[in-house]
Amino acid sequence: MTDRNLLVGPFNRVEGDLEVRLDVRDGAVAAAYTNSPLFRGFEMMMLGKDPRDALTITPRICGICSISQSAAAAFALADAAWAEMPDQGMLIAAILHAVENLADHLTHFNLFFMPDFARPVYADRTWHDQAVARFTAQQGSAARDAVTARAELLHIVGLLGGKWPHTLAIQPAGVTKAPTLSDKVRIQTALRSCRRYLETTLFGAPTEQFAALSARDSLMDWTAGDAGLFLRIAADTGLDDIGMGPGRFMSFGAYPLPGKRAFAAGMWDGGLHDVDTAQITEDISHAWMLGETAHPADGRTAPDEDMRDDAYSWCKAPRLNGQTIETGAFARQIIDGNPLARDLADRPSAMARVVGRLIEIARTQMLLEDLAAQIDPKDRFMGHWDMPKSGQGQGLVEAARGALGHWTKFDNGKITGYQIIAPTTWNFGPRDAAGNPGPLEAALVGAPVGDGEETPIAVQHIVRSFDPCMVCTVH
Amino acid sequence: MKVLWLQASGCGGCTMSLLCAENPNVFDLLGSAGIEFVWHPALSVETGHEVRALLDDIEQGRTQIDILCVEGAIARGPRNTGKYQMLSGTGRSLLDWVTSLAPRAKHVVAVGSCAAYGGVTTAGGNPSDAVGLQFDGSHQGGIFDADFRAHGGLPVINISGCPMHPDWVTETFLMLADNSLTAADLDGMGRPRLFADHLVHHGCSKNEFYEYKASARELSQIGCMMEHLGCVGTQAVGDCNIRPWNGSGSCTRGGYPCINCTAPEFEEPRHSFTETPKIAGIPVGLPTDMPKAWFMALASLSKAATPNRIATNAESDRIDVPPTLRVPKS
Repeated sequence: MTDRNLLVGPFNRVEGDLEVRLDVRDGAVAAAYTNSPLFRGFEMMMLGKDPRDALTITPRICGICSISQSAAAAFALADAAWAEMPDQGMLIAAILHAVENLADHLTHFNLFFMPDFARPVYADRTWHDQAVARFTAQQGSAARDAVTARAELLHIVGLLGGKWPHTLAIQPAGVTKAPTLSDKVRIQTALRSCRRYLETTLFGAPTEQFAALSARDSLMDWTAGDAGLFLRIAADTGLDDIGMGPGRFMSFGAYPLPGKRAFAAGMWDGGLHDVDTAQITEDISHAWMLGETAHPADGRTAPDEDMRDDAYSWCKAPRLNGQTIETGAFARQIIDGNPLARDLADRPSAMARVVGRLIEIARTQMLLEDLAAQIDPKDRFMGHWDMPKSGQGQGLVEAARGALGHWTKFDNGKITGYQIIAPTTWNFGPRDAAGNPGPLEAALVGAPVGDGEETPIAVQHIVRSFDPCMVCTVH
Repeated sequence: MKVLWLQASGCGGCTMSLLCAENPNVFDLLGSAGIEFVWHPALSVETGHEVRALLDDIEQGRTQIDILCVEGAIARGPRNTGKYQMLSGTGRSLLDWVTSLAPRAKHVVAVGSCAAYGGVTTAGGNPSDAVGLQFDGSHQGGIFDADFRAHGGLPVINISGCPMHPDWVTETFLMLADNSLTAADLDGMGRPRLFADHLVHHGCSKNEFYEYKASARELSQIGCMMEHLGCVGTQAVGDCNIRPWNGSGSCTRGGYPCINCTAPEFEEPRHSFTETPKIAGIPVGLPTDMPKAWFMALASLSKAATPNRIATNAESDRIDVPPTLRVPKS
């Protein structure tokens, strides 16, 4: 076997721009370098603006995590202004956000991840005909089922938030639309449609039955629906043997509700800990950025126009307690204590990440039904708040792809600092000053590369198992 | 009809919006009309070397394309290198690729306000020195000159919006496939008149409040948002309140102002997005085609005539006072 260097790109069916450089030795990846090749500079754009303008501008960082960005901006401003949402405002914000995350998971599974199994490279496998029929890009029956179901699910955002993506409905002190009783029953109707899709198509069985799976063995025995087809493919192709994450997981906790978050916050490394956000830093040793390693409340964004040779990405390298962490649906479900996710936690593979999303689809459907039933159209959905002249705050939420934080500060009514760390910044960041690779870079090491492969299929599975959002990554 | 779709400096939200097309779903809608994506960064199977080969074929003229669609603005920085966005795996900037591929397409379509005019990617100080395809904000001339015409004869077709409505793209595609879209079907900003001939105000559910200038003072109140909350639906082009979004929505129906996202430079309104600028207490900015003196006269008259029901509801988050029951006289 010869040593080779591969440059993988354009890397599609990820949101945004991604380039991966691979050192290949003895038929496997020996080292990987992740480049986020798009820089727009949202953090610089915010400087000097009215702090409220973050609510309009930052959602437009990303067309697939738009409500997540919007919620993070609203909570950061609420933190700075001591604003509070009434209970029912929190409930509607949670519904809007959970709908986006659920829709994103459906998009990822059907349009981004599964089409690779319809490739000719798998033509000799017993499941291939089925994969071709269901998952051929743009043509497969699953793609059509999924976009139809997803569009109908997003009617809930139409009702509560006007449109998707890029709604301005979530504000620091509540939401802009008080739903009527008509809205409530229509939301519940849309959720029943989604349940029908999940139970006839994705799970092929009652949602509760999939959500109740509690161990690896019973999971691998699941044969119904597209989930069953995926598990059969995963077992046959060894998806549980590739793409190992760092084994350290973080979640900021999803969907703030009165007194709690619907999915808990925490850090998991075999045991559960609190997240101390004071211990977050962004290292820029390998990013085309000027400045020093800093906490996001003190960070700045100054692109290195010379694109110096010892850096290779516009992405900074975030660390928690100096270490890499993995974030996403799998992390969220482990930290929330889902028994199946906990059972898979010691093997953070490409398969486990996809299973994490499937668990979360089932649990989010059930959560949404519960939240929708609690809508009380007679109650208040927005409180009054006043913008202070100066302040600073952090907004921590969970996007579909994991932990998202906004750190804002403003003085005399103008933004003086705005920093964002997105989920894929965590997962796909570059090396730090100590040379420690980012989570994806480490997860790719050991991935098999066939002699003739230019765009190794195992690398594609591993990359897409993270559901990267590259437009959020650098922003 | 073969479509090559590239994502430049943007958020990908226009593709996400396109996937919300309904009745039928986007794949059936386009597929049944013979419209196919030669490559689309979110939807196609081809990755890496497969895409590089495909782009090479198009660039060299071995593969024909009918439409080059660009989503996102074109980054020119740093220092006119375009290196703020490199097309991964190719060692070339999007600026370079789009410049090279556009002459190969019969039509060039800018999807979303970033590709059309620069959009949100150019907000603040425009850190990446981005620009639209044929416009730099409201000025003609982006990476292509004002006199650029694709070989089908049309300038860049600007399906603006942040995001654009899915139907604006699908209907434009269907018209192009049918050879029925002409230069006369585009407005002065290159926007298809199928949506640009309307104002967001048309069909706005707050129209009765507007008639009396019965205004919401805070977000979530259901009155007209023009006077205090920055709404420019009377000036913005778009059929947003005629053709619903995501089933039944629109920005104003969602309880927040229209920010004119189909227009060049909407990203820099020079005031907070949700606050109407005023001079001596009078809002700046008139409804399109409305003479100022008449507007002032009618506004003060109608304000004075506002029925209690409308005045009360305008500052509430719900209908507190329903319309008076009209009992037929026997």
